[in-house]
Amino acid sequence: MTNNSKIMDQETVRRTLMRLSHEILEKNKGGENICLVGIRTGGAVLAKRLQQCIKDIEGKEIPLGILDITLYRDDLTTVHTQPILRETLINFDLTGQKVVLVDDVLFTGRTIRAALDALIDFGRPANIQLAVLVDRGHRELPIRADYVGKNIPTSLEDDVCVVLKETEQGEDEVIVKKRGDK
Amino acid sequence: MIGWKYGDLLELSDLSREEIERVIETAKAFKEVSTRDIKKVPALRGKTVVMLFSEPSTRTRLSFELAAKRLSADTLNVTVSASSLQKGETLLDMAKNIEAMNVDMIIVRHKSAGVPQILARELKPGVINAGDGCRSHPTQALLDLFTIQERLGRIDGLKVGIIGDILHSRVARSNIYGLIKMGAKVTLCGPSTLIPPEIERQGVNITYKLDEVVADADVLMCLRLQKERQEEKYLPSIREYVKAFGLTKEKIKHAKPDVLIMHPGPVNRGIELSAELADGVNSVILEQVTNGVAVRMAILYLLFGKKEKAS
Amino acid sequence: MATLIKKAIIVNSKGISKEPQDLLIEKGVIVKMGKLSDADAKVIEANGKYLLPGLIDLHCHLREPGQEHKETIETGLRSAAKGGFTSVVCMPNTNPVIDNAKIVEGILKEVKRIGLIHVFPAGAITKGQKGEELSDMLELKEAGCLALSDDGKSVQNSQLMRHALEYAKMAKLLLMEHCEDATISKGMMNEGFYSTLLGLKGIPDIAETIIVARDIELARYLKTRIHFCHISSRRSIELIRQAKAQGIQITAEACPHHFSLTEAAVQGFDTNTKVNPPLRSKEDIEAVKLALKDGTLDCISTDHAPHAQEEKELEFDAAPAGMIGFETALGLAVRELVEPKHITWSTLVEKMSFAPAQILGLKNKGEIAEGKDADLILVDPDKEWIFEKDHIVSKAKNSPFIKEKLKGFVEFTMCNGKVVYQT
Repeated sequence: MTNNSKIMDQETVRRTLMRLSHEILEKNKGGENICLVGIRTGGAVLAKRLQQCIKDIEGKEIPLGILDITLYRDDLTTVHTQPILRETLINFDLTGQKVVLVDDVLFTGRTIRAALDALIDFGRPANIQLAVLVDRGHRELPIRADYVGKNIPTSLEDDVCVVLKETEQGEDEVIVKKRGDK
Repeated sequence: MIGWKYGDLLELSDLSREEIERVIETAKAFKEVSTRDIKKVPALRGKTVVMLFSEPSTRTRLSFELAAKRLSADTLNVTVSASSLQKGETLLDMAKNIEAMNVDMIIVRHKSAGVPQILARELKPGVINAGDGCRSHPTQALLDLFTIQERLGRIDGLKVGIIGDILHSRVARSNIYGLIKMGAKVTLCGPSTLIPPEIERQGVNITYKLDEVVADADVLMCLRLQKERQEEKYLPSIREYVKAFGLTKEKIKHAKPDVLIMHPGPVNRGIELSAELADGVNSVILEQVTNGVAVRMAILYLLFGKKEKAS
Repeated sequence: MATLIKKAIIVNSKGISKEPQDLLIEKGVIVKMGKLSDADAKVIEANGKYLLPGLIDLHCHLREPGQEHKETIETGLRSAAKGGFTSVVCMPNTNPVIDNAKIVEGILKEVKRIGLIHVFPAGAITKGQKGEELSDMLELKEAGCLALSDDGKSVQNSQLMRHALEYAKMAKLLLMEHCEDATISKGMMNEGFYSTLLGLKGIPDIAETIIVARDIELARYLKTRIHFCHISSRRSIELIRQAKAQGIQITAEACPHHFSLTEAAVQGFDTNTKVNPPLRSKEDIEAVKLALKDGTLDCISTDHAPHAQEEKELEFDAAPAGMIGFETALGLAVRELVEPKHITWSTLVEKMSFAPAQILGLKNKGEIAEGKDADLILVDPDKEWIFEKDHIVSKAKNSPFIKEKLKGFVEFTMCNGKVVYQT
């Protein structure tokens, strides 16, 4: 990978999310008993968009929750600066539901492991599926995504930045750059 | 955002305005945990928290224990005799014995001011002050600030009245610091014998007339009156105190309709607060209790693992 | 064997010698001063350092009998000698209280055995210091007391204090009053901004002033003298100043901590800052310094109050009040009073040696002159030194001045012509 490559632009992101929404509906045979849970912060934004896409396709609004996995991280007490804790908002019962976890980048898999622990504390889902915008490889745990926007092979020195217009200025884009570069 | 600095919380004046805001923000996230079916998160899994209480206390001890347990920590309760000398083992001695069992955090309440300072100085685990003598009760003030912020959306510019035995109140002292730091205007009201000397130097107004403090207050904090104060010759009688300083529905007739009524508990119904007001719409006393667990969870979460000592 | 001290600058309350002088000492007395020859004497070279009359402490606690876990007479006197003191008055709040001849004799016997410096035990004003009945003052005088005190508390009952003063006048004993109205003084630090901040119960300065005022009136009415212990507040000083101007026979002392530390030192809850009377405000400290300068306060005493480590390691409200003082008194006095030029070295000698000797009626002490007792100390006036815990000679280490830089260092202490301490 060369320095600062733009892997996806705004249009590509839009089409990819559309495709993921179709795949989710196809695999689950429609929007019954399905809910979306986005992992803060990028996953939460994407989950909201997926919710909207699914609404556009099926005419149905499926439940949306937001999960902060900070308290479930496996590196909490060794981390130097305290990560900012934000609220978790899951206002519906997960028991018996098919939960689609949404995150922006799948990397080591530890975030997803923490999210799984959190979800189980909330109830007993029928199953948990995973949708990610980008899978950059380098798994450290046996975790895999059910729905992948794009597979991007990276090296460990790379950073994958997902910029979403809801949270940052400018257009949606996905960039790969060397760690430490601006 | 700033990282949290200290591993101890000894008094509220150790915290900057930003740090107080951080606690309030973090507590908001923790409030949700107590509404879940499984009221536990693994954040402090396997950590040991010891509660060293030398004064009887139901609500503070319970609140801290729940906070620690809901963070998946293990808790231990140790009752310390009020005077070390009785048993021949000094407080420090006992604390060092507990430290030798590799505990991670000590929460201490003691009737002598300064005890948390000394423990924090001498021991490695973090120390949280759950109330020392008449001096400081930082977690109470933080949960009071959280409650006000949650209910009224801000603390800046609010008018807060604190009513009662200010002289013996650690809750008042910590709240005075916290409220002024966050931009509120504080007025104290109580019998002149129970207002501490030179407290105006901390930036508060003082009045001996209840209707003056009630008039434009956004928040009224009532303090518990110990019945012993009459024996100790501070007051002529409880009867006169209630007449002059006890809050009743009648007395807040001209107050703002949505004034918050707060009390650190336990309430002496009919003395500092009428039963009607304690249970009424303006009262946030039970919310304070709920928020107490969330705020204490936030504090435990923020303090844990920090090596720099506050003293 | 005679002793010759060579080339010392002699510092008396009346003045400092311009030139170094020699002193010849025989049988515990200063026999000759001037430029002397060596002939047949043990020589001590002073090398131009200051020779002061031995310091006299009107107020200290030796804790024996009964409280030897804090200090013994022996460890206390060693500490005093190191601090430059050659005579001390020890307070009677021991266990049992010094209220009869047997105990006085016991103490004096021990003092003699130890053979270091002079001790003048103070007897109690009331039996057991209970504040109910007068002690047998004539018997105490005969046993060797020069003064009486109920130190630790005041005689609360005004009628009883009146009788005490009248009787003591007849017995020719000095009454030394610890001024504290016990009904107002239930607290642990000075009442004010800091006691409010720290949530500690405060002792208002009027607890001291009320008794000072009462005793001034008693002394006026009975035409008798009285000595006030450890004066700490500016209002007390004002009253004493007025009373003296009116010719009432008052003498008064102040302790080094009351001109060195303010109540702000209590932040941090170091129990070594817990003392009675408590550390007061900046304004009070200034008043004490001024009063030492203008003579309202006659002398400096230590109120050396040793406590065992385990006693001071308790919570602030449980720990006993008091700090040791022998080994820091001179160093603090020089740092706080002489160095900033509030008083001269001569005035310092007046405060710490000459005036105490006068107050006790010790005619041959407090001054370096031919015929006076050879109670002397050699001081390096400019030497700065750090007060280290490891170097403390007292059995107790309860001092808030540990690791502080002090000025004025005692090189040796001589009592009765014998060197009892050497650095």
